Amino acid sequence: MQINYTLNLFILVILVAAGLWTVMTRSLIRSAIGLALTSVILTLLMFRFDSWLVTVFELSVCAGLISVIFISTISLTEPLTKSEVLKHMKARLARFIYLPLLILVVGVGLSFIKVNLNFQLPVAEIEADARKVLWNMRDLDLLGQVVIIMTGIFGVIVLFREMRRK
Amino acid sequence: MLSFFITTPLIVLMILNLPFRSLMKRIVFVVGLSLALIQAVLVALAIFGFWDIYSIPVSPMLRFNIGVDNLSLLLLLCNGMVVFITMLVSRSFIEEGEKRFNFTSLLLLSFAGVNGIALARDIFSLYVFIEVVSISSFILICFNKDRDAFEGAFKYIILSAIATIFMLTSIALIFLVSGDMSFEAVRAALDNSAHTSLVLMAIGLFLCGFFIKAGVVPFHGWLADAYTSASAPVSVYLAGVSTKAVGVYALIRIVVTVFGFDTPINKVLLFAGALSVVVGAIATLTQTDFKRMLAYSSISQIGYIVLALGIATPLGIAAAAFHFFNHAVFKSLLFVNAATLEIATGTREMDKLGGLAQRMPVTGVTSALACLSIAGVPPLAGFWSKLLIIIALWSSAHYNYALIAALASLLTLGYMLLLQRKVFFGSVGDHLARIKEGEWNLIICAIILAAVTVGVGVLFPFNLCKLIIR
Repeated sequence: MQINYTLNLFILVILVAAGLWTVMTRSLIRSAIGLALTSVILTLLMFRFDSWLVTVFELSVCAGLISVIFISTISLTEPLTKSEVLKHMKARLARFIYLPLLILVVGVGLSFIKVNLNFQLPVAEIEADARKVLWNMRDLDLLGQVVIIMTGIFGVIVLFREMRRK
Repeated sequence: MLSFFITTPLIVLMILNLPFRSLMKRIVFVVGLSLALIQAVLVALAIFGFWDIYSIPVSPMLRFNIGVDNLSLLLLLCNGMVVFITMLVSRSFIEEGEKRFNFTSLLLLSFAGVNGIALARDIFSLYVFIEVVSISSFILICFNKDRDAFEGAFKYIILSAIATIFMLTSIALIFLVSGDMSFEAVRAALDNSAHTSLVLMAIGLFLCGFFIKAGVVPFHGWLADAYTSASAPVSVYLAGVSTKAVGVYALIRIVVTVFGFDTPINKVLLFAGALSVVVGAIATLTQTDFKRMLAYSSISQIGYIVLALGIATPLGIAAAAFHFFNHAVFKSLLFVNAATLEIATGTREMDKLGGLAQRMPVTGVTSALACLSIAGVPPLAGFWSKLLIIIALWSSAHYNYALIAALASLLTLGYMLLLQRKVFFGSVGDHLARIKEGEWNLIICAIILAAVTVGVGVLFPFNLCKLIIR
């Protein structure tokens, strides 16, 4: 039990580190890779919590599809010069320098709040049949997510394709 | 039948993206315009009982968990009307061809998203469609790709992302307590929950999320920049329906249908509403840019809607819904007039304008009507909704808030008259001597919206109110 808890905590720390690297890294490509890495670590955590469907979605959509979209979009943009990158890096460091301290304060603060965690969660029907959940129960959300993806595609066309032509 | 409101714009969009691109580019404007007009007319007829919105059967594949009531119909009507106006305004600002095709496509996606918000009966579905509208709004704001537009969109993205985090966290907490997402199930679970502090935290996070999306003070930082930097048709769309759907309508829907009225919620809504009313009105007085002034005025008017909702009586909710509709109409009208002025004079700086009512009589008169309506002058539509808000506040013994609402209304009259005087009254400067009335499409938009403002004010205040309460 204790080993499991320690392992989960260790994965959580790596997750935060990967997230910070994603935000702080100099290059956009590395940032996209960092995001994919963060998703993979989150997948691992979800796998350990026996959330199978979340694991599959996180790995395929967030680590896979989203990274591909990011990298395709980045390839359409003009890269910054080295001096510009350094300038942005300094500004970013100045902006995020207090972040670890803030996380620490919030964490300590939250540890004092006593929350009754005795929830009676419904048995997930996902375990029985994910298709039923997605196509019969959450069909409107699926449609909404299709619309979000379509909007993203038009966004890339509007904001990047025309720029590249110029 | 209801699912058609969401699926039709998407199917139309897919057809438009089929081969024969040059043909599609030619018809896209008419198709978008027709779709919005058909929705506005169908919903208006349904509101007044000419047909039953449920009467047409659909395939089981298209039977989503959606529903409609008078509040949803009001948003559907506003959406149809404002998108129709936005399309017409875009004719003068977005060049024909690829650009207009992309603009219309994005607008159709957002149109479907707003319809989804109106019809959703599940907190997660509501969240998904809020994101649809938010994402399309970011792209629409920076559609012209100038520096200011990118800055406005960026501010909106950052604050909107924070709102998203708040909402998602709240949804997760609510799911822990309720085990379901439908409005009815969540309402029942929250009423009987033993996890009081957790529920309160979830409600607080949701309210903060909606306040950011609606631009309520102190979360209004993005609104003025986004409205001002966007191109004219996008400003009309943002002020007319987009911000209202993702922030104000969603707030009314969740508070009325899911959270219910509880003393802490009422207090927060009343305070945030009153703060927005006052701060928005005072900030408006200091602006010199026409569109920026309208943006700050929006913050103040959204404050009125939140204030009315906080009263937590049927009259208060009806007043909030009525002002929601009125604000969509007169604010769209003022942004249409701002667009007309921008094209005619090439500037939005009010200090450089003056006496334009002589050169642009239709724009001048419709602008005066909108200004008087927003200030609550009888018998225009804005008068009735503000009167209802003040009566609802007074009858529920919120005397201080009633006084604030009444005094802020005088302030509104002050800044709106200032706007009229600076732009339309007085003598015409030499540099404006050759200015002519705006293009026909802009004039039509102004006349339609002015007619709605006058028509609703003169003919329908009591009937509309009864419909909203029902």
